[in-house]
Amino acid sequence: MNSIILLSVLGLGNLFLGFRRSNRLLLPAAMLMLVVVLGVNFLDWGTSQSFFNDMLVIDNFSVAFTAIVVLTALLLLPFSQKYVQDGEANLAEYYSLLLFSLVGAIMIVAYNHLLMLFLGIETLSIAMYVLAGSEKRSLRSNEAALKYFLMGSFTTGILLFGMALVYGATGTFVLRDISFAVQNPVNASLIPMLYIGMLLMLIGMGFKVSAAPFHFWTPDVYEGTPTFFTAFMSTVVKAAGFAAFLKLLVQAFPAASAQGLWLPTLTAMCALTLLVGNVGAVTQTSAKRMLAYSSVSHAGYLLIGLVAFNGQLEGASANGIFFYSLAYSIATVAAFGVLKLVSDARSREDYNGLNGLAKTNPLLAFVLTVAMLSLAGIPLTGGFFGKFFVFSAAVEKGYIGLVIFAVVMSMVSIYYYLRPIIAMYMRDADDEATATAVPVSGFQSGALLVLALLTVVLGVLPGLLAGIL
Amino acid sequence: MDQNIPQVIQTVPLQYYVFFAAALFSIGVLGVLTRRNAIIIFMCVELMLNAVNVLLTAFSAYRADANGQIFVFFIMAVAAAEVAVGLAIIVMIYRNLQNTDVNLLNRLKF
Repeated sequence: MNSIILLSVLGLGNLFLGFRRSNRLLLPAAMLMLVVVLGVNFLDWGTSQSFFNDMLVIDNFSVAFTAIVVLTALLLLPFSQKYVQDGEANLAEYYSLLLFSLVGAIMIVAYNHLLMLFLGIETLSIAMYVLAGSEKRSLRSNEAALKYFLMGSFTTGILLFGMALVYGATGTFVLRDISFAVQNPVNASLIPMLYIGMLLMLIGMGFKVSAAPFHFWTPDVYEGTPTFFTAFMSTVVKAAGFAAFLKLLVQAFPAASAQGLWLPTLTAMCALTLLVGNVGAVTQTSAKRMLAYSSVSHAGYLLIGLVAFNGQLEGASANGIFFYSLAYSIATVAAFGVLKLVSDARSREDYNGLNGLAKTNPLLAFVLTVAMLSLAGIPLTGGFFGKFFVFSAAVEKGYIGLVIFAVVMSMVSIYYYLRPIIAMYMRDADDEATATAVPVSGFQSGALLVLALLTVVLGVLPGLLAGIL
Repeated sequence: MDQNIPQVIQTVPLQYYVFFAAALFSIGVLGVLTRRNAIIIFMCVELMLNAVNVLLTAFSAYRADANGQIFVFFIMAVAAAEVAVGLAIIVMIYRNLQNTDVNLLNRLKF
């Protein structure tokens, strides 16, 4: 709760900093704010408090996912330094919108009442609609903003209709009470309405976390959005979305009768997402669009964690999702960070734009390699143990076929994750732009090293964070 | 008026509200999927949200539970915020393209 209050107040404070003529204070101030929020967040560890008549519940689960989203945002911020150097006029607003959308992310990992889920998703999304369109003169950014906005509000409509039907059938918005009403139905004629509502909510959440067949907006939106905000979208929004999804299933629909309906649906969505994400990424020529498809495929791996449902916010399923989200967020921030630096300097986002990077910027090439290996799930990186925990949770529940399919799909993913590495290490610069070094500030080098280090630490000592929930 | 509002709402059977809201919602969904003008798509989304509002109000009145109607206030407030952002995005696009047809937006390919 402290982190929500702090982020809202600091976000407003940040807007006032924007009145100053100079941009230089904004980045350090925003980072300092996030460090403070991260520290304050851990004060709630080990407690279980509820706020606003049980609408929000802060427990270990919400603290852990809040830590992921705040840490991700913190490590991402250094890559916005180009905006500071270019004297971007609206930088204070960008940072404030990021802080406000983090408030939304925290609300949806801590909700206990569907109203908070709705408000959190909207707080998160409305800020992202604006940021997606932040390059006002670029038609690609305009298009991404419009698509994201129309899809997002359409999805919200579906989610809300689901909530309304569930409310009609159960008479409550509180997760535990919904679960009770599902298990002890008062009026048998309302049961179809309950399940239709549940499926509509499932579809709504599927859109939000970009699971196939509701993923089609993702590649376009991620490609058109300015890279810095794409990174935020594909990490913070996804991690928080999956935490909210897990919480919804665990606390509102754990009943066997409800599971009989959503578990097969989710399993099918999971297999389809893995297929579409991985096969879609293979054919891309733009590294940014490849990362967009890769984020769809990672939604598939996270869905395996949901399918391995054990009815509580702890144990193999929740821990798998936590570890996977953390490893995925860190690797994705590193990948988008390098891509942002390279595309700012070379004005291109395809694989060939990375040619010869190992010679001109060994550090960038090394960090991008670590990130790609982690996303592909190669041992000694965080991504390997993320996949390991999620898969073993699913095997325990007997989903052998699904896990074999996922392993085959992650072999496919090695193909497209190796393409940037080949471009960087084995190809020579093909023109003047790729022969010159990409400018990297000391600050950004530091952030990149921290990201690479975290990925390796998670891969070598997974015991530090495995099983903390 | 000597009757209070929940009683007035209850003079119509509950399933009529459900069918009405489902019809409104379906019209909204069809509109989003078939129309090509960004503003009309946007109006269809609003129609979907209002279908939800009708449904929540009816359930709330029938169950004598205020939660549903309070939810409606939040939906209206958030929808207003969404309208502000959405129209700003559409105006931004109109400035660049002099049009709001979503088919013209094809820089990003599947």
